[in-house]
Amino acid sequence: MSKVPGDLRYTKSHEWVRDTGQGWTVGITEHAQDLMGDMVFVELPKVGAVVTAGKECAVVESVKAASDVYAPVGGEVTAVNQALADKPETLNTDPYGEGWLFTIRPADAGALSDLLDAAAYEALIAAEG
Amino acid sequence: MLIFERSKPGRTNSAHMPVVSTPPSDVPETLLRRTPLVLPEVSELQVVRHYTRLSQRNFAIDTHFYPLGSCTMKYNPRIANRLAMLPGFLDRHPLAPETTGQGMLASLFELQEILREVTGMAGVSLTPMAGAQGEFAGVAMIRAYHKGRHDEGRDQILIPKAAHGTNPATAAMCGYEVREIDVDDQGDIDLAALDAALGPRTAGLMLTNPSTLGVFDRHILEIARRVHAAGGLLYYDGANLNAILGKVKPGDMGFDVIHLNLHKTFSTPHGGGGPGAGPVGVAERLLPFLPVPYVGETRGQYHWITEKTRPQSIGRLSTFMGNTGVLLRAYVYARVVGREGMPRIADYATLNANYLLVRLARLGYEPAYPKRRATHEFLLTLKTLKERTGVTATDVAKRLLDKGFHAPTVYFPLMVPECLLIEPTETESREELDAFVTAMEEIWREAHESPEVLKAAPERLPVRRVDEVRAARGLDLAWRPEARA
Repeated sequence: MSKVPGDLRYTKSHEWVRDTGQGWTVGITEHAQDLMGDMVFVELPKVGAVVTAGKECAVVESVKAASDVYAPVGGEVTAVNQALADKPETLNTDPYGEGWLFTIRPADAGALSDLLDAAAYEALIAAEG
Repeated sequence: MLIFERSKPGRTNSAHMPVVSTPPSDVPETLLRRTPLVLPEVSELQVVRHYTRLSQRNFAIDTHFYPLGSCTMKYNPRIANRLAMLPGFLDRHPLAPETTGQGMLASLFELQEILREVTGMAGVSLTPMAGAQGEFAGVAMIRAYHKGRHDEGRDQILIPKAAHGTNPATAAMCGYEVREIDVDDQGDIDLAALDAALGPRTAGLMLTNPSTLGVFDRHILEIARRVHAAGGLLYYDGANLNAILGKVKPGDMGFDVIHLNLHKTFSTPHGGGGPGAGPVGVAERLLPFLPVPYVGETRGQYHWITEKTRPQSIGRLSTFMGNTGVLLRAYVYARVVGREGMPRIADYATLNANYLLVRLARLGYEPAYPKRRATHEFLLTLKTLKERTGVTATDVAKRLLDKGFHAPTVYFPLMVPECLLIEPTETESREELDAFVTAMEEIWREAHESPEVLKAAPERLPVRRVDEVRAARGLDLAWRPEARA
């Protein structure tokens, strides 16, 4: 069973969100990287881009497939993880830490509670099989 | 080893060099080459051995069973190749007058008619030069249709989750927003999800039926009714036509526009960058939009139909009429098979797939849709095997290479974890299928007793396990001899 840290929020499309106090950090879950396999490319949004909740805003590509990453919440992208350009494998080795994708300033600070908590996400991936 | 790496200065096989008796005089002095062309300096025997060895490394339908799901790697009868190479076809210039090429035009016209009849459409154009271009033409016709009716608000194309990646790519190329539709746990389209997505913005639904999950969507008539009621058109991706050839017509299922992959169902050469052919067919109301040129017949005379008489056509997709050489191969194949042979293709394609499915399921392999009958292909999931033994779909696929079988499609569709998509096609014998089952039985045993063997596979091929990450990131496609000198 994949790790699902209790302090994060999740989406049905396998992104995670961490409230750092200064903004929110977004990445993909360990379950997602496990399904995808070895990562080879990551395409990130531009800093300053305004993203819409539920719309694609990044692409991760593995040896198996390219997959859209959907913005868990709407808001402005404040930073992106440039290190992934050279080391996309970080998404495999440390999806919840060094493998973060981007940070976002949410348009609606209350949106976090609309996302899944760890228990709900665990139930989701168990049901998906 | 590259042939350049065998090069030794001064070695030559000049007997085969072209003889230029008069140097070209019409090339400006400034454009003439001053340095000799960099060619490998090798003997004739070295050339023969080099390319013979390379050809022996081919893992191809001519040497091996090739159950690559979704690709229909059936045997291409040699007669199609032979007849398409007749001098009358080969030596014909595309700008030669129609009156001197009635035989070729008749062949293309008859191919149009055969495809039209077997798919139940009102008209067919052969001009798209690949499946992808056929898709593009199909969606462009959907666009032209709505535009022609001044129905401008339709900006979405619906595509089920299991579709080939080319479908959303095509819709996006044609300027549409792609809306993904879920599939239910039996592999059919989720009708509630379809209803939720249908509306005044729906331009159409793109569907492959049977789908890439290896099952036939049982609700197709209902789906067609609902899409049409919402004002949308129904697009048929012909990728899996082999399963239903001569049995069920896309036109009868309610499809308005289709494309066919001749390299799959009609046995023309596969891929390698082309040339290809992706004919399109349309229902009555889309006839004016067919891409030109296509062949018409008036009182026994064949002629090209062009934009002159089809002003609403989406236009031309290539300089001339499409990849005629490929189309002629499909024509010969269709004539050899005949009307009565087409349903037998579907019969044996599905029989072979269902036979393999049952045999493999008995060994312990888990069908992704155990309650469904297979179409021409079927999906296995190795999820449980991976949990128990650590063996993945990749490991099984690589081990099959050791045992003399081309690997099935792996990890597609992505929504089914650790999947193998297996398509035996109708051209394999019972003995070959049984040999494949035996190999899969050995692999099942190895997975449980010595999984490390599978992890190290392939061990008997010239190239061992490929580093897929390096293959994707560290591409080295242009080898320059001088860089190594």
